[in-house]
Amino acid sequence: MAEVTLRVFRGDRDGGKAVDYQVPLTEGMVVLDAIHSIQAHQAPDLAVRWNCKAAKCGSCSAEVNGRPSLMCKTRMDALPHDQPITVYPMKSFPVIKDLATDVSWNYRVNKKIPPFQPRPGVEWKMDQRDVDRVQEFRKCIECFLCQDVCHVLRDHDKKQQFGGPRFFVRSAGLEMHPLDGASRTRMLKEELGIGFCNITKCCTEVCPEEIHITDNAIIPLKERVVDEFYDPVAMIVRKIFGAK
Amino acid sequence: MTASSQHETHEHDVLIIGAGGAGLRAAIEALAQGARVGVVCKSLLGKAHTVMAEGGLAAAMANLDKEDDWRTHFRDTMRGGKLVNNWRMAQLHAQEAPDRVRELEQWGALFDRTENGEILQRAFGGHTFRRLCHVGDRTGLEMIRTLQDRGVHMGFDVYMECTITKLLKDGDRVAGAFGYWRETGKFVTFKAKSIVIATGGIGKSWKITSNSWECTGDGMALAYEAGAELLDMEFVQFHPTGMVWPPGVQGLLVTEAVRGEGGLLRNKNGERFMEKYDPKKMELSTRDVVARSIYTEVKEGRGSPHGGAFLDISHKPAEYVKRKLPSMYHQFKELADVDITKGPMEVGPTCHYVMGGIRVDAETGRSSVPGLFAAGEAAAGLHGANRLGGNSLSDLIVFGRRAGLAAAEHAKKTAAPTLDNSQIEATEREVLAPFARTSGESPYQIHHDLQEMMQNLVGIFRTDEDLRKALAALEKLKARASKMRVEGSRVFNPGWHLSRDLACMLTISEACTHAALARKESRGAHSRLDFPKSEDVWGAKNHVIVNKGGAMTLFEAQRPEMPAELKQILAEDK
Repeated sequence: MAEVTLRVFRGDRDGGKAVDYQVPLTEGMVVLDAIHSIQAHQAPDLAVRWNCKAAKCGSCSAEVNGRPSLMCKTRMDALPHDQPITVYPMKSFPVIKDLATDVSWNYRVNKKIPPFQPRPGVEWKMDQRDVDRVQEFRKCIECFLCQDVCHVLRDHDKKQQFGGPRFFVRSAGLEMHPLDGASRTRMLKEELGIGFCNITKCCTEVCPEEIHITDNAIIPLKERVVDEFYDPVAMIVRKIFGAK
Repeated sequence: MTASSQHETHEHDVLIIGAGGAGLRAAIEALAQGARVGVVCKSLLGKAHTVMAEGGLAAAMANLDKEDDWRTHFRDTMRGGKLVNNWRMAQLHAQEAPDRVRELEQWGALFDRTENGEILQRAFGGHTFRRLCHVGDRTGLEMIRTLQDRGVHMGFDVYMECTITKLLKDGDRVAGAFGYWRETGKFVTFKAKSIVIATGGIGKSWKITSNSWECTGDGMALAYEAGAELLDMEFVQFHPTGMVWPPGVQGLLVTEAVRGEGGLLRNKNGERFMEKYDPKKMELSTRDVVARSIYTEVKEGRGSPHGGAFLDISHKPAEYVKRKLPSMYHQFKELADVDITKGPMEVGPTCHYVMGGIRVDAETGRSSVPGLFAAGEAAAGLHGANRLGGNSLSDLIVFGRRAGLAAAEHAKKTAAPTLDNSQIEATEREVLAPFARTSGESPYQIHHDLQEMMQNLVGIFRTDEDLRKALAALEKLKARASKMRVEGSRVFNPGWHLSRDLACMLTISEACTHAALARKESRGAHSRLDFPKSEDVWGAKNHVIVNKGGAMTLFEAQRPEMPAELKQILAEDK
């Protein structure tokens, strides 16, 4: 049986090193299968998160040959075998051990976003076309690969000032919900720091759910922020007719 | 210094173990009652197995088929469960599911819509009318996000990546739970007046399963060890359509919505074989029937190249398939190189769900142990011998809410319990034992052998001989597990984690096997080759399993008489 070399990061908060493992290839194998094979036969304490193995839960995020990926949907036969396949933890988050990182910051950001709030006296009817637009954002499986690749977080570590693409997607899902009545523009500007995003679209490229994060979520939200805080006509209109 | 004071302790009125649909819904209800609520889960929040649910939630909202009502849903559920269901649970479930769905919508869930803007409903196996409220084929994700955000904003405390290894007791009643942080390996104790078990199922005991690593029967095993009764453990559902190729994805779920949206099953000769097994309902027969049919076709030599059946939706317009079944489209395209808009999928049965679980009171989810409640897949009764598709997600929110309510009420009228350090010390020693051994097998090997054994001997078709072999094999596996060795440190160590999960799987696999051996008939998902017929005398009984002084003991329980009103609904021929 053909074998392939996986070069996996082994270590913890204090540092670590890459370790090579030889893994037998099977038909249709994905990187997560290879990691499981290493656990079962070579390194039972190799730490990795996973749940569904079907790209539905977003747990097995890692950097495979340098690309932020879900290991469960990265096929081994799509990667070159003449050199080791590298598997590293997500760089934007502190390593706990091996491939598992501390993603708790994301849960703290999520708490800042005001939840869905139906408009008073709303009738619970919606058009499928309006729902479609928002369902795109609600497809998000919280793999945090967009957070991992975003240079504002990855290279500049602006976790105190910036929420990251995942939470712009979440905010967009609430803001554009056909029956929602809350406003999140001030929060987006001041707490999630949407202005830091300079629309390089790296997040969109790595999204395993193919959500058009930049075009459909971030840019429209940026426009809302601009309308609310920087548009003089809108400011006058709001003064006369009141806020949303 | 006592053991419990050496590590962190948290105190709650209500402790929920499990953060899938049932656990989160229970937490929300308990919070609404003013209880201080803690939720413990093995994974990160939002990753529970509920997230993988695809097809929808069954609720008789009658948005499309105006004749639908709770009575028809009740009848479908009872008939699907071959009448051994807890009829009161089936009634409450059918009556309350529509309100629970509306509630999800009011909390922000966005279901697919009908032309006049209402929640769209789709057909599913065993349901008389179009009944499943859905979001494409990712209904579970929508549900768990909605519940998770609701709960987070209401203010429960979440303890993520924490495994509970023991329920602590104060006399007869529960007093709390003991466990460890998966990340650090450090111990943690929870003190609680009420505990709700919502830990889901036991699919990981089988080799071919749709279940995630978390589904290792923890809550059932914890409750059993604490003295609670298990019910209907022989009824394990094999979903008819799991992926069969490539090997790494074997068992992965192919939603019943494929058939709900018009998908056809064929054998290698191109025959729609369901004509032979259920000519009336065809592909939308109940899961037990379709799973056995596919299994039989394969066994008799009419299977697909990789040992399954062909499931084909490619006669529908490609855009329709991509819109209604987006994740199936991607799953097959990316993992199996199959474009389902152009050709058929290969599918075969996969262990999916356990109808059995902790025996609970229908109204409250109360177990036989004071202060201990259960809901969702971890609890038994609603689904009888076979669950209808779509009835699981609705189960979670109907009975999750009821268990959360009852747990909060129980906490209100109960004094704080006292923790017993000797119990904590005993479980500490047990949990750490595998580290101390210098020789012994890896838990991975024992788990692998358990899965092979359960697949071969306690699968879709069962016999007296196989089940006896399985019990003997389980004794050997337990002996091996008692000597297994874990390498490495306590920090995020999956081998160690598996050693704990394995202990639960062994207990619950044994319960399933005992109950399967005792039921000498075929009913729903329980098919005995040596007793192929359903018998009325067995239809009156349910099996209960309880821990008597360390020995797994089985007894038969009779169900209470069904009220005349429900009998009449069941008798109507629709």
